[in-house]
Amino acid sequence: MNFKLASSPHQHVRRNTGQVMRMVILALLPGVLLQTWFFGWGTLVQVMLAIITVVVTEAAILELRKKDFESAIKDYSAILTAVLLAISIPPFAPWWIVVLGSFFAIAIVKQLYGGLGFNVFNPAMAGYVMLLISFPVQMTQWLPPAGLAQYSHNFNDALYVIFTGFSVDGFSIAQLKTDYDGVTMATPLDTAKTAIAQNLTYSESIELPIFDSLVPGIGVASSWISLGYLLGGLYLIKQKVINWHIPVGMLTTTVVCAIIMSIADSDVYPSGIFHLLNGSIIIGAFFIATDPVSACTTNKGRLVFGAAIGFWVYVIRTWGGYPDAVAFAVLIMNMAVPLIDYYTRPRTYGHSPIKTNKRGINDE
Amino acid sequence: MDNNFDDIVKKLENNELWDFHGGVFPAEQKTLSNQNLIAQLPLSKYLYVPVKQHIGVEGQVIVSEGQAVLKGEPLTQSSNPFAVPIHAPSSGKILSIGEHVSAHPSGLPELTIKIETDQQDRWLPLTPMVDYQKQSKMDVIGAICNAGISGMGGAGFPTHIKIGTTKQVEFLIINGVECEPYITSDDRLMREHAWQIRQGIDVLCHLLNPKCVVIAIEKNKPEAIEAMEVACKENSNYQVVDIPTKYPAGGEKQLIQVLTNREVPAKGLPIDVGVIMHNVGTCFAVSDAIFSGKPLVQRVVTVTGGAVETPGNFWAPIGTPVSHLFNEANYNSKAQKQPQAIMGGPMMGFSITDESVPVVKTTNCILLPDAKESQTRKEQACIRCGACADVCPANLLPQQLFWHAKGKELDKAQDYNLFDCIECGACAYVCPSDIPLVHYYRVAKSEIKLEQDEKVKADKARERFEKRAARLIAEQEARDEKHRLAAEARKQAMSDSGNTAKDKIAAALARAKAKKEATAKGMSNADESIAPHKANENSGTKASSNERVQAAIARAKAKKEAAQKALQQTESKTANLEPTEISDTDSADSKVMLQDADVADTLDNKDKPAIDKKAKVAAAIAKAKAKKLAQQREEKEAENSIGYPDNANSAVEKNTKETQSDDIQAENLALKKQRVAAAVAKAKAKKLAANSDQVIADDVTTKQDTLQSLDKDNKESQGLDQKKQRIAAAVAKAKAKKAAKDASQKTEDDKS
Repeated sequence: MNFKLASSPHQHVRRNTGQVMRMVILALLPGVLLQTWFFGWGTLVQVMLAIITVVVTEAAILELRKKDFESAIKDYSAILTAVLLAISIPPFAPWWIVVLGSFFAIAIVKQLYGGLGFNVFNPAMAGYVMLLISFPVQMTQWLPPAGLAQYSHNFNDALYVIFTGFSVDGFSIAQLKTDYDGVTMATPLDTAKTAIAQNLTYSESIELPIFDSLVPGIGVASSWISLGYLLGGLYLIKQKVINWHIPVGMLTTTVVCAIIMSIADSDVYPSGIFHLLNGSIIIGAFFIATDPVSACTTNKGRLVFGAAIGFWVYVIRTWGGYPDAVAFAVLIMNMAVPLIDYYTRPRTYGHSPIKTNKRGINDE
Repeated sequence: MDNNFDDIVKKLENNELWDFHGGVFPAEQKTLSNQNLIAQLPLSKYLYVPVKQHIGVEGQVIVSEGQAVLKGEPLTQSSNPFAVPIHAPSSGKILSIGEHVSAHPSGLPELTIKIETDQQDRWLPLTPMVDYQKQSKMDVIGAICNAGISGMGGAGFPTHIKIGTTKQVEFLIINGVECEPYITSDDRLMREHAWQIRQGIDVLCHLLNPKCVVIAIEKNKPEAIEAMEVACKENSNYQVVDIPTKYPAGGEKQLIQVLTNREVPAKGLPIDVGVIMHNVGTCFAVSDAIFSGKPLVQRVVTVTGGAVETPGNFWAPIGTPVSHLFNEANYNSKAQKQPQAIMGGPMMGFSITDESVPVVKTTNCILLPDAKESQTRKEQACIRCGACADVCPANLLPQQLFWHAKGKELDKAQDYNLFDCIECGACAYVCPSDIPLVHYYRVAKSEIKLEQDEKVKADKARERFEKRAARLIAEQEARDEKHRLAAEARKQAMSDSGNTAKDKIAAALARAKAKKEATAKGMSNADESIAPHKANENSGTKASSNERVQAAIARAKAKKEAAQKALQQTESKTANLEPTEISDTDSADSKVMLQDADVADTLDNKDKPAIDKKAKVAAAIAKAKAKKLAQQREEKEAENSIGYPDNANSAVEKNTKETQSDDIQAENLALKKQRVAAAVAKAKAKKLAANSDQVIADDVTTKQDTLQSLDKDNKESQGLDQKKQRIAAAVAKAKAKKAAKDASQKTEDDKS
């Protein structure tokens, strides 16, 4: 008999990488649907564009690298990257933005580093940051959320704007961006930042219409979308797709920083809840920073990693040049992952606690 | 204090347990095979009994091909403490002793005894030890060792080593956890033979005197728990503890952690934390060995999986080929896409390579998975999700280990404690990328071991080289020193003029030398040895005064040596009296000896009127002795110059003094009777013998034999004419000098 040889164990849990990735994409759905509700069909169009781009790019590069692209596509990791990048981009951004960003994320950030499992940086965030600093105008053209916009738009409008720059009725992006008062709309974080920069107090700035939502101080759309992603994130933790360490570390740190600073001066520094539900921190905490490849792998390390991201988010939001900071914070901390992993190794069974080198601290 | 003995016992009594890190919950599949009684497997026609079935060393095979053996007859024996004997699992005839595919993942052939059974299963007369409590512990342990018992849980560690510990045992843990899915051999054994297992535990308790005995069984075996509770009811010291079902709770370290919250230190043993653990199967075997006198010749094997129609447990004789088990359990090969059989459980078992692989002492299960159970998926890239780290019972970082193992960064893999991996397979079980992590670790471990072995080898080679280099330098130094000393001695001798006896000797010496040289030259030309040739030339050209002193020394010393040899006479009875014959017996030194002997003969022929036969013998003695002495001296000098370079001057002085005193002594010897001289020499020789622990190589000892016999001869001639003696002495001296030169030259050449 010609026996089949296999190494132990001979049993496996049924969940594989593809399933894990699909669960993450599934968990994104509530947030994505809410985002579509508030910002129009553009979101879904961007998602579709991104997915097509990443699949084509990944297949082409794997073909060049003489690797099996079928299984690589089936692991859904590239598609997850596409979805994350697409929902970060303004829904009515021109088509080439998302195509370029997706291509960059897959070709440069992921495949040039060796493909899945080898990329140092989070591909979606690296793609996003590349776009943000290269095309700041296109990347900040967020339309007012539904109910605040002067002009309504449908699926055809979305397609037209994305591919031609003008809606079916001939409105440009700039026109679509105005709210019902005829004022050009910005994101909540941007609005608050600008208002504070104009010497308004925080409490004055949140009286602007964009903050007229269920929780005072939170953007109308942001609050709902954040809650949608939060739901998905909790589902992932429950399913043990992600561990709680990174989200908890990240959100706690940002909120604690915000609370400390707002206690110090509540006129200039927004509250903790403002930071928690505005912007992309929820999706960042549950879906972006938890990207396993570019995050820490030890649980202690994950706490540190999350906390550091939370810290950078707060710092850049408050004192940096950009209104939001999740992408930057994640990329910064991606670089520190090997270091954190090294110093947060768990104590192996039967070994005494790991002594980290404390040289330099006790020298004086 | 969590780890305090009393606290632990209290907690155990309340059934409060600890937990270990990680762990997984694979589908148990135990009900497949645990429904029926353990069936006795019909004897297979052939049994393949591997000589080594445990961790340690194998014994010597004490049977031969064709020999008839009875069941339970030992097939190997050894005095090595780590050896465990094997026994004939049934009666029959030994067909062959040779290589056979092994019950090992590699399947590499190993020494196996093939027995053709006679189907009668006749036992050897058994010697039970029912009154074990009255026997000495050593006898009981010996009986367990002789029964061939090694750990039956999987590792196969010799049981008698574990129970022979002299350390204080706080907990004796009996492992009936059986956490691997599918396997039910221990489960069935506990259900059906709880009483015997308890008896085995009694024996172990007698040997180990544990403070507390814990029988740990996983909660998913309620029948086994009940059976053991009933069996252990009488003894309040025995506690049956049901532990939560989680793989790998049955791992030694994990079970200790669950029960006591103690951790076995890395590279340590359970006894380091006061724990000894034995498998229930081992307890059963111990009971069998002590109360029935039966050695370990069979064990319970679970045959299960989707590809067998009647899964169950069997009493299988050791050595039964697995194909026999396949047939008994009705293996249906159609249920598998490709034949596959796993020895052990699905988590840690290994694929067998051949259906004639035998059941060994550690074989607890044969798993024949159907197509659904054995799907293998393609390895994908690690996404660093860390699921493996979450389930690792050793709290390792499997993803990092994998990274370094795959990248061949073996030192880094060791930094991440690769060797603390127990290969339980939990990491690979949960890996979403289907990476065979354990396989990577095994490869890395064996590579590291190989590397270490090679390093040891290289270190040894380097050490050898360095020592050789040092030795060569030392020899060179010794030679230089010797030459310098010789020069000193020569100067000393030149200033020491006015001694008439010496002059006479010198004259005789010169005369003899001239003759000898002529002969020696001829001889060395005839012989291919170049070294003595050179020595001859040297001796011819060097100043005679030097030779004179040397000769005097040599002569005197030769006598001392003779006396020394006389002390050791008991050794030699076969020595040859004729020097020429010696050359035949001693190949290493034959050249030199032959030459010397011939020289002596030549001299003898030429000076016949003057020198009689006895003188010739004396000459031979002196010559041989001198040669040996020269070597000895050289050795000593070398030692001095290496060990104490500062002593070089004092050594010179000493030597000079020695030369003088030796000279005087030589004169005395010449004038006085040989007998007195021999006595003096003997006394000196004793001193010398006591002082010198530097006895020279083999060639010297062979010469001793000759010298002793020659010395006897010499003594017989003692009553002879003094004149003759004197002449003889002179000749001897001359020869001795030459021999000394030859010898030293030769040793130099040998060494270089």
